[in-house]
Amino acid sequence: MKRFLLGSSGVLALAASMPLVFQNEYFFFAGYVVLQLIVLATAWNILGGYAGYVNFGSGAFFAVGAYTAVALYKAFALPLGLQILAGAAAAGLLGFGVGMLTLRLRGIFFSIATIAVAIVLETVVLNWHYVGGAKGLPTLRPTETPFFASHTVYLFFVMAVIAVIAVGAARYVETSWIGRGLRAIRDNEGAAECSGVPTLKLKLGAATLSGALMGAAGAPYAQYLSFIEPTSAFSLNHAVNALAMPIIGGMGHWIGPVIGAVLLGTVQQVVTVTISSEINVLVVGVLLVVFVVAAPEGILGLFRRFFPRKK
Amino acid sequence: MPQVAHPAFLVLGAYATYLLAGYGVDPVLAGLLLTPVFFVFGLGVYQFYYSTFEGRGSDQGLRGIAFFFGVAFIVQVGLILAFGVDQRLVDASYIGTSVEIGEMRIPKRMLVAFGVALALTGSLALYLSRTFTGRAIKAVAQDEGALRLMGANPVRIKRWAFGIATATCALAGALLIIIGPVDPNLDRLYIGRTFCVVVLAGLGSMSGTLVAGLILGIAESIVLTSAGTAWAPAVAFGILLVVLGVRPAGLFGR
Repeated sequence: MKRFLLGSSGVLALAASMPLVFQNEYFFFAGYVVLQLIVLATAWNILGGYAGYVNFGSGAFFAVGAYTAVALYKAFALPLGLQILAGAAAAGLLGFGVGMLTLRLRGIFFSIATIAVAIVLETVVLNWHYVGGAKGLPTLRPTETPFFASHTVYLFFVMAVIAVIAVGAARYVETSWIGRGLRAIRDNEGAAECSGVPTLKLKLGAATLSGALMGAAGAPYAQYLSFIEPTSAFSLNHAVNALAMPIIGGMGHWIGPVIGAVLLGTVQQVVTVTISSEINVLVVGVLLVVFVVAAPEGILGLFRRFFPRKK
Repeated sequence: MPQVAHPAFLVLGAYATYLLAGYGVDPVLAGLLLTPVFFVFGLGVYQFYYSTFEGRGSDQGLRGIAFFFGVAFIVQVGLILAFGVDQRLVDASYIGTSVEIGEMRIPKRMLVAFGVALALTGSLALYLSRTFTGRAIKAVAQDEGALRLMGANPVRIKRWAFGIATATCALAGALLIIIGPVDPNLDRLYIGRTFCVVVLAGLGSMSGTLVAGLILGIAESIVLTSAGTAWAPAVAFGILLVVLGVRPAGLFGR
């Protein structure tokens, strides 16, 4: 625990000192995306990796966070911190609802139901004119941000904080009795229930936490782009990324999604800039299939195979 | 089997039809011609799936789902790269004309699509209930172990079933592009429609599929005319969610 706290404060300090090293705004613009992917991948892994419930609707949680923030900003001009909390709360509530679905649905039916949730919500937002409907809504960035060189740098730092919290939460879940319970559910839900694991409580908790973290990742989205519209907020790409990165990185350990997100996020940024954004989406899909087929334990699994345990 | 790539194969079928129709082939004929190609393709996909997941016993849970999801995504992005995001359509003598019965005007393309779809569903239902292989396909869904005891090989049956399912995608894709323009992002909508019909019908019920298809179609057109086009995509998924939440066995399921 001590080592983790030390490590995460180190990461935050590093993020805070980045503006001294990099003058180029683009670095923070791209870095923000990678951090956002870390949060999404880590959040997905709590329900998908530990408990084995595959969520295809990550885009819905992300967009619920984003739209909650936008609606509250438009109505009450809430500051960003409160927007994030509200976004996380709303998406957490959605996560709770999705968790209720696990009562009756497992495997592929649960996954299809999460897609259904995403599409129904997208349709609702498309028809919700207060936040712009299908046209989208431009949002204003604050003109000045104290302590930070620019607003992008500020958002970069905010996302770094969210990422550290997300990874910390995932690590806590994984190493505590909660993680053991979730793994028991993944391996055999019936047997877990019979052995006294409170399966429903754990599933609801995992789904709520996972949803809330995705919502938190989505909340600053409108400020980051200065614009929000449903198609990109609900984009299938969020779902594919959130699913592909833990699988590619390795689902058993909290560092897996982080490795996957950093690696894939960086590759995506490079490919988007140098080749095209369509190819970059294809890369994720192909890598996902390749890893699922050839390296089911992800990069972590490969690593363990070539460098057997030292601890 | 967690086959979520089925709608993607459907859109693939529509685009393959579009390519053939470019050479002046009638779309329905093109769909029929593509059927064996898709059948072989389906056999290949299942064989690959079997040897990497089922054979190793790792198909349970998320890897199988993730595999098919990835395949669907690759098909979709591949189509975007190859054809762009524009809508495509085909031309034939029965597209754009209509039959008049009294006050009503029925577009001929709808009649053609309806007829072919009915014939396809009917022959599939007959195949599944009358032939040995067809019954074996139904049996493999119920109890693999028992099928093995009866001396049939479940893997071969499943491969065959997967091939047939993929083959119908070719013809269904042809119908899809006959009734309206097609674009690569359509598969996401059809995940909802496909699963809505199948779940509403109850898994494995062929006659239920027809009724469920009718219910969904009517519900979609009612919403389309009363609430506007923007709400239509939510219909299939909304029904699906309600059915999954309230009666996962479907209307005709056991």
